[in-house]
Parts: sequence; C-alpha cells; structure tokens
Amino acid sequence: MIRVVLPQHLRTLAGVGAETLLEISAPVTMRRVLDAIETGYPMLRGTIREYSTGQRRAFLRFFVCEEDWSHEPLDKELPPPVAEGREPLLIIGAIAGGLPAC
Amino acid sequence: MVGTKKGAFILTSDGKRKDWKVSGPFFAGWEIYHLKGSPVDPNRLYASQSNSWFGQLIQRSDDGGVTWSPMGNKFSYDGVPGTHQWYDGTPHPWEFKRVWHLEPSLTDPETVYAGVEDAALFKSTDGGANWSELAGLRGHGSGPHWQPGAGGMCLHTVILDRADPGRMYIAISAAGAFRTDDAGTTWKPINKGLVSGMMPDPTAEVGHCVHHVAMHPARPDVLFMQKHWDVMRSDDAGDNWREVSGNLPTDFGFAIDVHAHEPETLYVVPIKSDSEHFPLDGKLQVWRSRTGGNEWEPLTAGLPQQNCYVNVLRDAMSVDTLDECGIYFGTSGGQVYASPDAGDTWAPIVRDLPAVMSVEVQTLP
Repeated sequence: MIRVVLPQHLRTLAGVGAETLLEISAPVTMRRVLDAIETGYPMLRGTIREYSTGQRRAFLRFFVCEEDWSHEPLDKELPPPVAEGREPLLIIGAIAGGLPAC
Repeated sequence: MVGTKKGAFILTSDGKRKDWKVSGPFFAGWEIYHLKGSPVDPNRLYASQSNSWFGQLIQRSDDGGVTWSPMGNKFSYDGVPGTHQWYDGTPHPWEFKRVWHLEPSLTDPETVYAGVEDAALFKSTDGGANWSELAGLRGHGSGPHWQPGAGGMCLHTVILDRADPGRMYIAISAAGAFRTDDAGTTWKPINKGLVSGMMPDPTAEVGHCVHHVAMHPARPDVLFMQKHWDVMRSDDAGDNWREVSGNLPTDFGFAIDVHAHEPETLYVVPIKSDSEHFPLDGKLQVWRSRTGGNEWEPLTAGLPQQNCYVNVLRDAMSVDTLDECGIYFGTSGGQVYASPDAGDTWAPIVRDLPAVMSVEVQTLP
C-alpha cells in the first residue's frame, strides 16, 4: 500500500482522512500514484495536475522521504520507503497564492 | 445565496424578510465566485468553487443546498486556443483560470452555462458533468484583440431570454457585450454607443470594460449596463446604447439590477472611481431610477453613511420576485444588506462574512 498525505482541502473534497492508501503495483512512480489518486477519487481530477497540460499545479509540491520531488521526472521510481508504504508521499500546498481584485 | 472569498452561505427567510437563518460556510476556505439555482427546479443549485492552489471545481446540489456533489471541472477550449492581448498589448495565450458566473437554463435543469476567465462561454447539458465551449464567441474575429480588465479577462455576465431561446447576451471585461441569436453558434459585438475614454479609439467595436448588464425578463430588448464609467441603456437588444447616468454622483460602479415588477426601475451602487473602489465620502448608497435611468435618487435608510469604504462587486446584487420586490447586495466587507421594500429601507442580514463576491436570490413558493 502506498500512503499519500493530501492537503486538507483535498482531503475534505475526497472525503478521506489524514492518509490515503493506494494499491499500486511496481514500478511505483509519481505518475502512477497520481493516476491512482485520480482514478480512486475522480473529484480530485484537475486539482493536483492541470487538465490542459498534465503538469503539477504551480502551488503544489511533492515531498518524498524529506526530499522535494516536485521537479523529478514523473516516471522515476519512488524510493523503497514510499513504494513499500513505510513512509508517506506528501502533497503539500505552497504557503502562497492570492487573487487579484475582481 | 452568497458566494464569498472563503466559502458559500445560504441566507433564508420568510416573505417578511426580517428574520434570517444563515447556513454555511459551504466549501469553507474556497473562493466561491458564484452560485445560482435553476429557475425550473429550485432544488438544483450550481456553484463555482476555486482557489489558486487547486484550480476550479463545480459543485451541484439537488436538495436546495443541503448536500453538494463535485461535478465535472474540465474546461478545455475548443481547438487551438490562440492568443488575446495582454495588458501591454502583446499576444498572450488563452489560459483557463476560473469560472466567474454560472447561468442555469430557463427551461432545463440539466443545462447550465459557465462564463470563464480567460473569456469564453461553456455549456453543460448533463447537469455539470461535462462542459463544451461555445467557441463561436471566442472565435469571433475580434478575439485576438480582447484584453483583460484589472480583475482578469473574465466573462462575467450571461443573460438568457425567455422569449427567444436562441438569444443570449454575455459581457466580458474588457472586450464588451456580445449577443447571439442562434443559441451561441455566432456572436455579434453590441457596443455601439459606448464611449470609453481610456481606449485609443473610445468608440471601438470591442475593448470596452463592461462591468455588468441587467435585463427585465418581460422586456428582453431593453438592457441596462454598468460600464467601467457610465450607466448605459439599450432599447434594441444592444444594437445601440445611450448614457443614462443622469444625476448620479459618480457613474463608476460594478453592480446593476432591475426591479422584479417595474421594468423601468433600476438600481446601481455608485463607487468613487476606478482607482478608489469605495463609496463616495464613506457613504454607502444605492441609487434608484424609476424612469429607466437619467433621474436617480439615493437610497440610504439603514445603510452606513459614514466611514464606509467597502466595494460592491458586479454579481453581488440581486432581487427577489415577491409582490413587494426585495433588493439584496453584498460588500467586500462581508455585509449582506436586504431591502424588503424595493430599496426604501435597508438592514444587514449579516455583517461579518468574508468578502462577498456574488449574491443570488431564489424566491420559493
């Protein structure tokens, strides 16, 4: 089982708790984790990856074993502690954002 | 129904409109640009939920807002999006950012229109599950010359015509107003008579910063517009406009609406200027014209007349359809004011919501 920690807003949206468990066969990559999230929780489609580009949304970061994987290739295998479920994959919202006046 | 920068709220009252129940926040922490109910099924509500982190979501309720379900949120421009003008006049790729306005069909609860930024109009015929662009609008020859207003290049106004299902009006900041007479296949700019001094050509066919347009359903050829500056009126479905700002103390503003039973009675909230988005002299005033414009009177009873520096955004005013028409508006300071007597007197329903972005009313039997 892969353990994923989603940002609070996405947990609320998906109706999940602190950790989301995903069954993913090897090889475990970021792309396959994101695919599994979007398959298991369709309401999260477009909230982590942009629809138009498939890219990570600008204000989200991926952390794996205390390292920033936001810019790693999506098809790179995740390290064993995450792939084996001993450590969670963290998806974190940047402390940033904002909105122009409307 | 109130959309705010940190969630949605539903305010409920009986016909007296004195005592109110406040429900919410729904979608707490998210920007709710707009939520609106279907005219044919009042239990069917649609909401636009977004933020900078997670993008756009569409929520739907089938029980009058008690429970909600996320619907489709894929808004893909038709074909190659191309470019519009950026603030500095350079070409800029069309990029979807958010849904500003949701307009449910007048006849089918499963059909709903979405006005989005960057400006385009989308339609769903399956209750919000799937969206397709009515690309004839963005494909209008003027599209590459559209330019964003200060709040982004947003399609913020969608008006449907009960008498003519093929006719629809939309408005874009800062492109102007457009009309279709064939259900969205082709569009025509309807900006003749608008004069925008900040434009290189003040009377150009497109480029006007239209803030909002209002129509009385019984008179679909008569439109009222709050432009960036100027309050305008058209008596021929937008083909020609004339200014009706009259004695308004300032004709800058965002919100405009029409009395539910008096098609010549309209309401605006004058805002000091485009560089100072608050009421003149710290006095929050709704101005009413009972003559279709030009002659206006201030409505102040119950509204703060000192030290008030809030704004009232374009979608943040609405009317009910009770015999004595109620008028409602929300402010950037989180107040929602109600008048149960067509604007003569006002009282706050709530004072401390997050900044209000939209107010819509459902009048239930």
